Amino acid sequence: MADTVEDVKEASGAGEKTGIVVSSSPHVLTTENIPRIMYSVVAALIPAIGVSVYLFGLRALLLIAVCITGAVGSEYAVQRLRGKPVKAWDGSAAITGILLALTLPPGFPFFGAFLGSVFAIVIAKQIFGGLGYNIFNPALLGRAFLQATYPVLITTWVEPFASAWGVDAVSAATPLALMKFEGRLSPHMALFFGNVAGSLGETSALAILAGGLYLRYKGYINWKLPLGYLGAVAAFGGIFYLINPARYPDPLFHVLSGGAMLGAWFMVTDMVTSPTTPSGQWIFAVAAGVIAVVIRLFGGLPEGVMYSILLMNAVVPLLNRWTRPKVFGEAAR
Amino acid sequence: MKTFKRGIHPAYHKELTSGSPIEDAVLPKRVVVPLQQHAGTPCAPLVKKGDEVREGQKIGDADSFVSAPVHAPITGRVKDVAPHIHPAGARVLSVIIEGDGASKEEWKEDPSAPDAERLSAEEIRKVIREAGIVGLGGAAFPTAVKLSPPKDRKIDTVILNGCECEPYLTADHRVMIEEPEKVVQGLKIIMRAVGASAGCIGIEDNKTDCADSLSRAIAKDPRIGVILLETKYPQGAEKMLIKAVLRRNVPLGKLPLDVGVIVNNVATAVKIFEAVRYKKPLIDRVVTVSGNGVKTPKNLRVRIGTAFSDVLGQCGGLSEEGEREILAGGPMMGVAQKNLDVPVVKGTSGITVVAGASVKPIKYEPCIRCSNCVEVCPMGLMPYRIADMGKMGMMDGFKSWSALACIECGCCSFVCPAQRPLVEWIRVGKIRLRNSEKTGSM
Repeated sequence: MADTVEDVKEASGAGEKTGIVVSSSPHVLTTENIPRIMYSVVAALIPAIGVSVYLFGLRALLLIAVCITGAVGSEYAVQRLRGKPVKAWDGSAAITGILLALTLPPGFPFFGAFLGSVFAIVIAKQIFGGLGYNIFNPALLGRAFLQATYPVLITTWVEPFASAWGVDAVSAATPLALMKFEGRLSPHMALFFGNVAGSLGETSALAILAGGLYLRYKGYINWKLPLGYLGAVAAFGGIFYLINPARYPDPLFHVLSGGAMLGAWFMVTDMVTSPTTPSGQWIFAVAAGVIAVVIRLFGGLPEGVMYSILLMNAVVPLLNRWTRPKVFGEAAR
Repeated sequence: MKTFKRGIHPAYHKELTSGSPIEDAVLPKRVVVPLQQHAGTPCAPLVKKGDEVREGQKIGDADSFVSAPVHAPITGRVKDVAPHIHPAGARVLSVIIEGDGASKEEWKEDPSAPDAERLSAEEIRKVIREAGIVGLGGAAFPTAVKLSPPKDRKIDTVILNGCECEPYLTADHRVMIEEPEKVVQGLKIIMRAVGASAGCIGIEDNKTDCADSLSRAIAKDPRIGVILLETKYPQGAEKMLIKAVLRRNVPLGKLPLDVGVIVNNVATAVKIFEAVRYKKPLIDRVVTVSGNGVKTPKNLRVRIGTAFSDVLGQCGGLSEEGEREILAGGPMMGVAQKNLDVPVVKGTSGITVVAGASVKPIKYEPCIRCSNCVEVCPMGLMPYRIADMGKMGMMDGFKSWSALACIECGCCSFVCPAQRPLVEWIRVGKIRLRNSEKTGSM
């Protein structure tokens, strides 16, 4: 009588080694994995990176490279120091580096960018326990840190195609600052294609949309999140536009300007820091969109995307708790 | 297309065997018949070492209501009555019979068997119980018990489960193509037993060929219909099937009969028909032997008690080198075996061998809150959360987040990009909870 698989294999003339694995069901899994998701996000950011280099030249590329180096390097260092398995190459730190760089002005000092990316990884991510455990979006917390440490430089913008290197840079205002402080609206087409002053990644709505739609196609982002966020920005901004079109910008301007697109497609959608329940995702995205508009129209800052997302990040654990899906067969709760 | 909410679309690989007609396996010279192959009270042996037994003779039974007798699958001599490894994992008292590998009974329409239409519900249940019939879909719940709803529950519909949503498995599919009349007759007997006025056979739309064969067998009986459902896992889970077919929700902690429904597997219906018309007890079943680790995948009609190694040997043995998992059942809910001595039991719907690159990794990563598991859970649970609670022994949260509603279908583990064994941890939690409730401490 066959005692092991050996006898079967003898009978069938198969090889020698057994290699029977025993595990708990299910015994087949999806082929998706974390590095594949993360590098798909990196790939989705390539159009935005390309446009930033086209608009602001090689310095933009260097700034991105500095941020990636800072992020991946500090992730590696922390994991080594903590004696944890080194997963710095899983792509998640690279995303943080790229996203942070895309929120910075083209002329931002390299050292500051490096510092910001180290802060994003060490303080905003690894201190919480690393990938999966952080409450706040690391790139945005890194930017908030730089906003506090470099308040002037982080709001010093240059026009596209002007040299971003050093002293001869001509400072320019972003469309949102023009709107807020001078009451001037940039044309929609310029916003869409990116021919405006701004951070590396907040200029071309088109490039970001391309990357975002790619991720949606791959199934890596939940459509509720960008739709809820941009929908709320447009709808809530639109209310004020209807009240007073002379004073407030139109909904499309809100959606296309500043960091709304980058935030909606790449930060609101961050898996780790967004809710896991369907209704929680709606609340999260819509509330963040409303907050962004409130800051833009009534706050002291021209742009509110960063704080809108960070504020809602803080509420995510509560949202997950309060918006449990209805269990099949459960009476209404 | 009718279906339930959420669920997954795994790779089905049904084409390996869906076109292969059912073959009779070689009659085994030795069978190991566990005295517990069903949910409920184990049987006591009715034979002892050295006894001669005839194919179909009852060799084990229990006094308890929730139980099902077992019968000799072959003619021969009882070699031993001893504990033997069972595909569910434990060692179970089993009757080991050795035969000559040739003597066979002929089971066919028995002229002395009464017409099913003249049997009372009680008589039908008695025949089903005496034949040792249990649910052949895998859960192996005694069918006679299932067909005994409390008096105050009116059953209006009997659903036959022909979904076979597990990847690789095609046994039910072949049964519906090759024995549609038996399926339909079995359904009519079940409807009679529970007094249901409607019956339907739910199948996934990847099996449209059996919709044709079944419709022909139904002929013009207006009470019975074939319902096409979306091909989606776990469409064959009882609650999901009832939802898809009738749009009824089985409340948490309740049974299908609480919403007026009884669900049986199509293969079970065939066995019920054979019990009534052929007086044949449950001594064989159709088993799909498939997977990328099997040389010649087949659908085999196998005697209960045949060793897995024997069955696999008839399918050319194992093909791939390297790592492999040998499963009783399909890859989503099957149980991994490490000893191929285990016998085919009543609940063995398939033997699947997953090999090579398809063997899942043991390593897992931290949860990245991607919410994939929440999006696919057919029960509407938050798997990543209850799995963590189960793993860490947080029993209050485990219970209050409805972990006990988990049907362990495996959708969550399947989609997890971090390869976290979520179902395993939920099982661990359920065991912990059971133990803590037993001892009265947390």
